[in-house]
Amino acid sequence: MDAERRGGYQGNLVNLDDGLVSREIFTSQQIYEEELERVFARSWLFVGHESQIPEPGDFVLGYMGEESVIVNRDRNGRLHVFLNNCRHRGMRVCRYDEGNTRKFYCPYHAWVYSDEGDLIAVPKLDTSYHDELDRSQWGLIEARSASYHGFIFACWDEAAPDFERHLGDFRFYFDDFCEQPDGTHGSLEAFGGIFKWRMPCNWKFAAENFAGDYYHQPSHASVDQVIISPAGVKGRHTYDSASRARKLYKLNISVMPEGHTARGELFQDDYDYHPTYQEMAVVEDYFRDCYYKRRARLGEKSRWYGHGGTVFPNASYANGTRSMAMWHPRGPHETEAWRIFLVPKDAPDEVKSVLRHYVIRYQGPSGLTEQDDMENWGYAHEGARGTIARRHAFHYGMGLGHERKAWPVSWLGGEISATEDVSEQNQRAFYARWAAMMDAPVEPGRLRLRSEAAE
Amino acid sequence: MSAAIDKAALDGLILRYEIEQFFNHENELLDSRRFEAWLDLLADDLRYWMPLARNRSCDDLAGEWTREGKDLNWFDEGRFEMEQRVKQLATAVHWAEEPVSRTCHMFSNLQVVSQENGDIRTRLRFVVYRNRTETETDFFVGKRNDLLRRESGGGLKIAAREIFLDQNVLLAKNLTTFF
Repeated sequence: MDAERRGGYQGNLVNLDDGLVSREIFTSQQIYEEELERVFARSWLFVGHESQIPEPGDFVLGYMGEESVIVNRDRNGRLHVFLNNCRHRGMRVCRYDEGNTRKFYCPYHAWVYSDEGDLIAVPKLDTSYHDELDRSQWGLIEARSASYHGFIFACWDEAAPDFERHLGDFRFYFDDFCEQPDGTHGSLEAFGGIFKWRMPCNWKFAAENFAGDYYHQPSHASVDQVIISPAGVKGRHTYDSASRARKLYKLNISVMPEGHTARGELFQDDYDYHPTYQEMAVVEDYFRDCYYKRRARLGEKSRWYGHGGTVFPNASYANGTRSMAMWHPRGPHETEAWRIFLVPKDAPDEVKSVLRHYVIRYQGPSGLTEQDDMENWGYAHEGARGTIARRHAFHYGMGLGHERKAWPVSWLGGEISATEDVSEQNQRAFYARWAAMMDAPVEPGRLRLRSEAAE
Repeated sequence: MSAAIDKAALDGLILRYEIEQFFNHENELLDSRRFEAWLDLLADDLRYWMPLARNRSCDDLAGEWTREGKDLNWFDEGRFEMEQRVKQLATAVHWAEEPVSRTCHMFSNLQVVSQENGDIRTRLRFVVYRNRTETETDFFVGKRNDLLRRESGGGLKIAAREIFLDQNVLLAKNLTTFF
């Protein structure tokens, strides 16, 4: 059954006027296949951070949808994102998670590509191809790519707007995530290694949870009874020791029509630094110093403290752990989660060490927080599969009609919507964007390869 | 064979037997969910480390495993953190372990690598089988290096554990079990 016969997505399977979303969109194989074409092949997707590939020749593998990509820095320092796929028979031309190379060698028939994607060697080009193969037409397939504060995004769709236009009014929130503790930008570095693991749920359960689910606090009833924060007190967040005594707005922020979403706190007044790392003098001094520098640099805007959000469609960030997750689809019923963690490059080693330990025990499959999230996502997914269950839509109506614009302060952005405390505004924004993309067919010729677009 | 060699061989066998019994006891505690008692086997200055495995070329294997104390690891913990993990298991609202897992910890290929001033280094292979709820099933297979320390009272404590899980993409949704 195709989307047209079902009556499309907007107003039907995704009925946001009534706050209802069909369970089908999480479990249908057909919808999943449409999603790969209409959402993943047309969106800017996060693929890695520049600090993972600092030197010429460095590469790291990533995924765009189900497909492996090479994210590399060529001999001239330029960034590329290539489909990891030989043009001859489709074998992967790079099978190492990371490394440094000037060429990508296909192990099947030995076609060789340069670090700039050019096809530079073909065995028997003269004797068997009779010099009739035009190598210039058979380079690696390259995506559009953009680096934003060192975060690398890539997109297959030549017709999509540039990355910064795609961010739209979300720039303020993503800038805040990319910011160092002192309010400057530009020198975050990723720890070595990428958490990679499989979860038995549709990728959208993870994306929407990070988009705006302040309602899921019961998921974390256990971790909040133990001590994982470097503040050394119960509660999973570093800020748990400070913010409850302060006047603030806890906000859900959604940016339409792009569908990006953020969560965070807006303090209603200027507050002094709250001592947090009291048994670690170097760490305490670092964060206190950064706190006042950030306030001096950003002024009133320093009252915003982001908690996290989702850059549509599948990149979710968390400010407290400064992590970036990628929810890679693996069929409707499975997701391969990837997560990297970043720290300020110039921070003292003590600070990096404290943050590294914190993030390892917070997120990912060994993290005391995300373990419980995944239990709920997995069984919520199972609950979307049943023949009878699928007849009953999910409820996304919390706070519907209570969204406000340019509130509580105008500088949060003119076209954003905000709701306070617990609401499903952000999930609705996420599914509104998703449904709009799903209702827009991939027109012949609209989704073109870069090499073809140039013709 | 001289009497001296026999004594060394016999001491080696006795030590190996003691270590086998120690690990058998440890696995019994884990599989019967006596996690507080399991914590008693850990030294106060415990290092508990499980790195990530990366796909690398055979001429570039130095970076196959992420580094302890530097990189991301599945675990890079001390005793305090293991205590927090055990406390979380006892809350009855740790949903990833409610209902609780059924586990079976096994080991083989035990080697006593060295013994010096009460520090005993061992290597082994492990298989951890986990089954929970109705059909959730995971196999964790890998290599483990332990540093055991002889306590003043004569017993053994685990001072350091290195766990090399032979998976790149973790094929389980979580790591709520101990290794």
